[in-house]
Amino acid sequence: MSSVVKDTHHDEHPSGIMRWITTTNHKDIGTLYLWFAMIMFFIGGLMALVIRSELFQPGLQFVDPQFFNSMTTMHALVMIFGVVMPAFTGLANWMIPIMIGGPDMALPRMNNWSFWIMPFAFSMLLSTLWMDGGAPAGGWTLYPPLSLQTGDAFPFLIFAIHFMGLSSIMGAINIVATILNMRAPGMTLMKMPLFVWTWLITAFLLIAVMPVLAGGVTMLLTDKFFGTSFFNAAGGGDPVMFQHIFWFFGHPEVYILILPSFGVVSAIIPTFARKPLFGYSSMVYATASIAFLSFIVWAHHMFTVGMPLAGEVFFMFATMLIAVPTGVKVFNWVTTMWKGAMTFETPMLFAIGFIVMFTIGGFSGLMLAITPADFQYHDTYFVVAHFHYVLVPGSIFAIMAACYFWLPKWTGNMYPETLGKIHFWLSTFFVNLTFFPMHFVGLAGMPRRIPDYSLQFADYNMIASIGAFGFGFAQLIFLYLIIKTIKGGSKATDQVWEGAEGLEWTLSSPPPYHSFSTPPVIK
Amino acid sequence: MSESGSYYVPHGSKWPIIATIGVCTAMVGGSSLLNGNDMGKYILAIGLAMVVFMIVGWFSTVISESEDGMYDEQVDSSFRWGMIWFIFSEVMFFAAFFGALFYVRTYSLPWLGGEGTGLATNTFLWPEFENIWPSTANGPGEIGGDFKTMGAWGLPALNTAILLTSGVTLTWAHHALKEMKRMQLIIGLALTVALGAVFMYFQAVEYGHAFNDLNLNMGSGIYGSTFFMLTGFHGFHVTIGTIMLLVILGRSIYGHFNPKNHFAFEAVAWYWHFVDVVWLGLFIFVYWV
Repeated sequence: MSSVVKDTHHDEHPSGIMRWITTTNHKDIGTLYLWFAMIMFFIGGLMALVIRSELFQPGLQFVDPQFFNSMTTMHALVMIFGVVMPAFTGLANWMIPIMIGGPDMALPRMNNWSFWIMPFAFSMLLSTLWMDGGAPAGGWTLYPPLSLQTGDAFPFLIFAIHFMGLSSIMGAINIVATILNMRAPGMTLMKMPLFVWTWLITAFLLIAVMPVLAGGVTMLLTDKFFGTSFFNAAGGGDPVMFQHIFWFFGHPEVYILILPSFGVVSAIIPTFARKPLFGYSSMVYATASIAFLSFIVWAHHMFTVGMPLAGEVFFMFATMLIAVPTGVKVFNWVTTMWKGAMTFETPMLFAIGFIVMFTIGGFSGLMLAITPADFQYHDTYFVVAHFHYVLVPGSIFAIMAACYFWLPKWTGNMYPETLGKIHFWLSTFFVNLTFFPMHFVGLAGMPRRIPDYSLQFADYNMIASIGAFGFGFAQLIFLYLIIKTIKGGSKATDQVWEGAEGLEWTLSSPPPYHSFSTPPVIK
Repeated sequence: MSESGSYYVPHGSKWPIIATIGVCTAMVGGSSLLNGNDMGKYILAIGLAMVVFMIVGWFSTVISESEDGMYDEQVDSSFRWGMIWFIFSEVMFFAAFFGALFYVRTYSLPWLGGEGTGLATNTFLWPEFENIWPSTANGPGEIGGDFKTMGAWGLPALNTAILLTSGVTLTWAHHALKEMKRMQLIIGLALTVALGAVFMYFQAVEYGHAFNDLNLNMGSGIYGSTFFMLTGFHGFHVTIGTIMLLVILGRSIYGHFNPKNHFAFEAVAWYWHFVDVVWLGLFIFVYWV
């Protein structure tokens, strides 16, 4: 049972399936998280293609409206909780102990538990597709009273969310404990790579808001099964209260989905611009400011529910304030590239794509923040366009950038560069083809979450659907490329990239099973 | 920060996967039960049994590793950070329910009574409704019928005194541990456990009184909802805390812990103080004002 990291013969690990089920190694667990996210990415993607197939033409073609609504609901739950969050947790597992010069995560057994909850929680969630009454169809936001009309799926949905929340909280606690306690001597907080910083702040957000979501869905559960009146006006409650509780979780949640991306981009841009990151400390403070602001802006998701005017104004201005630290970040990335000796390998392409397209999503977010304007945009495809711009060419592109950036380190092999570039350009072309037209149909008034639409929206919807299929198939290149790189390829050097700096590039490619048995010396 | 290369990284462990399967089984069973499937309760019971088995097994492993001296100061520090942030997550869990209580008292009920933007709602939908907390707090639909509210100055006040006293006895035990007075440590812990148990007993009596004499239950509108959700989750936490204290008491009798190495004791003490503070919030905002 016992082992001490400094004993070199413990570098061996058990083989077969039990290695993966019982592992306490941060790299194994990171790999599991990343593969889980990849599988869920294709499942969630298939759901998106069902939606886009139905919307290819006006009228009802392929699926009935109930199932269509299940698809929008499940697509969101899968992509948020099953793809972006575990992918970033996987990256955190792989990279944080290495980046801070630690031997492993602080709490290795709990780390294993955090991961293994995920496949079980998602099996529960996906199994609802075959239940009486169908899968949840009231939207991922679970607003009552609509969500309370879910059939047999309802308790499974609630418990699956509890389960995922448990996983996220434990994962976050582990990351905080690791960053605060496992740094090599000399690795002061302000020397940490930004990926570590952004994850420290993200983990804090997770610990603060996942329990609030747990409380909110527990109230839904008791309202449905135990006669409570939290969201029932006849009993003195208020359905809008759920929206407040949900978005108190939900708004920090969207920063949970994007802050680690900022960390990834802040690692990649300096590497390929061959210049140190511009304004390191302002990046740290900007991240912390965004995290703080994320707690006081939640009701901008609810401008049309009939809040008092003071609330509308407060949440409008607080929301617009977020543009300041976000602008600092974009400015710093651009300034890092300024007069740099730039090269454009695939990770850099994805990172630059991130900056451009995330900024587009940021600007449409600013439009949505303006309360009077939001009354027009609310619940239209403009909102869909906005959050897909920050999540797909935002979070997902950052995850892909990170995969290309660190894949040679993880596997010891270089990925095929040309194929990676083809993947980037196809993804970028099709992601814009899918989501840019949604701005137009949204501004013209096409509502979200409806399987049919007015004839005037037909052309743009057809273009969006073509884009979605193109984007979906382009991702098969990504899958193929990763498998090919794991199996072989030209050997990667330890440093991998010419301009790469940081502890992860001082280890061999692939790194030893236990990262730093003796703490590295920090300059 | 890492001073040496001897951080303890356990080899593979079977407990996490047992935990996952146990919790998942319990959730599937519970869901089936809620959907009206009688088999659900057996599945739920099997799942819960697995969870109990896992907790006993996992903690036994950790305790024996600790007693074997495998944990250095850095591991101890990891545990501390873990426990601190776990308690913070618990604080936020209770914050959701306190938030609901404040929201209905500050906004929902006054709006239903016609204040602010609720004028039309009151005039056209609920013209008879007048907001008087807590007596009309089962809403304009009078959900759950006539009910009486729980007073603050009977058992709840006594329970407040009991929990506060238990905090004192626990601190007394902690000082004893630091000064290696084993007997005083055991007495202090035993007193704390006893006070926790008495608290739970009084809570049960209070619930019986609510159900039988006051017609107050979870279905008594938003008053009953917030009352039982907050006190119920708190009572659940006191139960867990008491079990944790019992384990610590057993370990103290067995001779575990020394003045330098007693993280488990401190973790349980933090948890107990957290439960204590939540109760103060409950006493003030649920029972009193």
